Amino acid sequence: MENASVYPVPQGEAAVAESILAVIVDNEPGVLSRVIGLISARGYNIESLTVAEVDAEKHRSRITVVTRGTPQKIEQIKAQLGRLVPVRRVIDISEESDALTRELALVKIVSTGEQRVEAMRLAEIFRARPLDTTHTSFIFEVTGARDKINAFLDLLKPLGLVEVSRTGVLSIRRGSEAE
Amino acid sequence: MTTLLEKTEDAEAGEESGQAAPAAEPAPAQKAGAELLLDALEEQGVDVIFGYPGGAVLPIYDALHQRETIRHVMARHEQGAVHAAEGYARSSGKVGVVLVTSGPGATNAVTGLTDALLDSIPLVCITGQVARGLIGTDAFQECDTIGITRACTKHNYLVGNARSLPAIVHEAFHVSRNGRPGPVLIDIPKDVQFEKADYVTRRVARQRNCIVTPPVQPKEIEHAVELMRQARRPVFYTGGGVINAGVEASAALRALARETGFPVTSTLMGLGAFPASDPQWLGMLGMHGSFEANNAMHGCDLMIAVGARFDDRVTGRLDAFSPGSQKIQIDIDPSSVNKIVKVDFPIIGDAGVILEALLSQWRKRENAAAALPSRLSEWAAQIQTWRGKDSFAFETSDTVIKPQFAIERLYQLTRGKDVYVTTEVGQHQMWAAQHFHFDDPNRWMTSGGLGTMGYGLPAAIGVQIAHPGALVIDIAGDASVQMMMQEMSTAIQHDLPVKIFILNNEYLGMVRQWQELLHDGRYSHTYSESLPDFVKLAEAYGGAGLRVERPGELDDAIKEMIAIDKPVLFDCRVSAEENVFPMIPSGAAHNQMLFGGAFSGDEVSKEGRVQV
Ligand SMILES: Cc1ncc(C[n+]2csc(CCOP(=O)(O)OP(=O)(O)O)c2C)c(N)n1
Ligand SMILES: [Mg+2]
Repeated sequence: MENASVYPVPQGEAAVAESILAVIVDNEPGVLSRVIGLISARGYNIESLTVAEVDAEKHRSRITVVTRGTPQKIEQIKAQLGRLVPVRRVIDISEESDALTRELALVKIVSTGEQRVEAMRLAEIFRARPLDTTHTSFIFEVTGARDKINAFLDLLKPLGLVEVSRTGVLSIRRGSEAE
Repeated sequence: MTTLLEKTEDAEAGEESGQAAPAAEPAPAQKAGAELLLDALEEQGVDVIFGYPGGAVLPIYDALHQRETIRHVMARHEQGAVHAAEGYARSSGKVGVVLVTSGPGATNAVTGLTDALLDSIPLVCITGQVARGLIGTDAFQECDTIGITRACTKHNYLVGNARSLPAIVHEAFHVSRNGRPGPVLIDIPKDVQFEKADYVTRRVARQRNCIVTPPVQPKEIEHAVELMRQARRPVFYTGGGVINAGVEASAALRALARETGFPVTSTLMGLGAFPASDPQWLGMLGMHGSFEANNAMHGCDLMIAVGARFDDRVTGRLDAFSPGSQKIQIDIDPSSVNKIVKVDFPIIGDAGVILEALLSQWRKRENAAAALPSRLSEWAAQIQTWRGKDSFAFETSDTVIKPQFAIERLYQLTRGKDVYVTTEVGQHQMWAAQHFHFDDPNRWMTSGGLGTMGYGLPAAIGVQIAHPGALVIDIAGDASVQMMMQEMSTAIQHDLPVKIFILNNEYLGMVRQWQELLHDGRYSHTYSESLPDFVKLAEAYGGAGLRVERPGELDDAIKEMIAIDKPVLFDCRVSAEENVFPMIPSGAAHNQMLFGGAFSGDEVSKEGRVQV
């Protein structure tokens, strides 16, 4: 049917890309809501989030956020995050060619026979460590870049994968430069 | 810019922070949180608070009762208190202070806080909160003030104990002014208000920053001046940031414009930074801006944006915005740069400091051939042709009062007086911007970013508090003025002789204009039904009411209004279906303006219809 309204039908947005931001903040109540509120208020989903205090003396925490957005919006988010009072620094990890990213996942597999053997073989290839074993199940611990963990999980799906717990992405820059 | 460098904290300027306290004096006695709050406000130089009491701020009101140094102005609605503080701040350059109770007090303040956030007005708003042990229990008059106001303040604090309160107040004042100014909220649980602790002075309190302004970069200044020297069709596009940067910034703008000969336009928020009586003044730009200002923006080869943020009211259709220009953007806030329009050359810094740096660099190179005034002569001639269009002109009438004519007379009859103008939101606001002219900053208070109907009357009250002897006029609409009408009581109580000049068209005129433009004149719910008798209403409050229906009576009535030494509601009956022109319909470019007459229905593109 033709659009009878005097208003046009909305068109899609420009291409979005994944972005990893490390935000160094004062560890105080509410700081996490400020950071994620600023991102989610713009309609962006946060794909992963990790927070922990990294300097007890200075009360500094490091928040690592993975989100997706158009490059212009990501630039805006970075500048606006930088304006928050408890935010000390914003680092766009996805723009750093030499950044290391790691994630840890705990994976539960319930299977027997051939499937069980295949799951164990895959775990070895991905250097996943078994943490718990029964006759019908395994729990593996695996660390690596997000892509590696995604690949591991994809392969395990038909082999009895029943539960996953992931930390979300952590990141740090290579070399001698510090925050 | 990939990473932001570590943000440093500010030390209190001009004071030696390392000094030890004199050892001989005994430690001062501990005080209750409410007293610590007032001590800190005093140290920050606060002498007036706009507020409204309630259960959760009783201890603060009790402490206030004993203090002679701080005046309290009770509004009649918390939104009114916030707008009054905005008017006070905008007209005086100081931080406005608000005090309200928990729950409904805080939620009523939200519109005002959002208004201050969008228009970069420095405020500190203190809210009461239920006692610490009751937080999160749905206690009486509890609301999550911190959660609710997170998005409408620069920063907010939930005070955990009396010990931390003074330092929080000091940091809050700093944050409200730092970078792009704005509102900061401090939520104080009731039991913190009577908990005892030591005072902390401003000198030792931590002062974190939103933005650490980088030092002036000589290379950037040289490059900008080089562009300015080569420009043949330059224009200064100035905004509210110039006003926020203080009178020095306005002075620097005037000096730089004079020496370069560049024409100047401004946003709604920036009016007064450059004198409207100056021959280089182009008038306001944007949706209802002048023909010459918008064409100069469209046709320029060098745009110098100063403290202006490329709002959609200003840019019109983005892909057709000033297509042939290089753009320099001077702003204190890095997040304002490249937000809407990609600029070629951003300069981060205080508007006044950067304009002064540009001026001294310009002077250094003045004699070189490139600076010859003949370089701009073609541009000046072109602008003169555009001016000839006289785009704010309107048809006069001897039977009905044209709203533009009413503003024009108001302007003429207030010459030579110390005048401050506030407005509500709607057509009257645009006519005020077009026909009332400002030669100085801080004289024009309007709700630009949020467009808050109800702003003008309480803002006028705040202005009058800051400038007791001045003539303060709220140019109002019949609908807007009713949103904060109760503040007439505040004006009466505090002997504030504000003049409420209502352009009464019996319509929600601006919305009606859009219905005419977009919806074939189907005036859905925009007739101002059942208007009160404004004259009787004024009298009911204890003020004075005047009504004028014929153009011939206007001058005498305006003179009478000015002479009355109390609040006046002036009911100026104007032609009902007048539209604001010129107009750039949404989604159109700067050079596609409409100049009056009837709308055909095809003025707005499909894309433009989406925009507000
Ligand atoms: C609080 C609020 N509600 C709604 C609007 C939308 N709005 C913008 S202008 C306007 C009409 C204002 O009417 P009036 O005050 O009579 O001014 P006029 O346009 O007639 O001069 C309305 C409803 C607004 N800006 N603010
Ligand atoms: Mg009206």
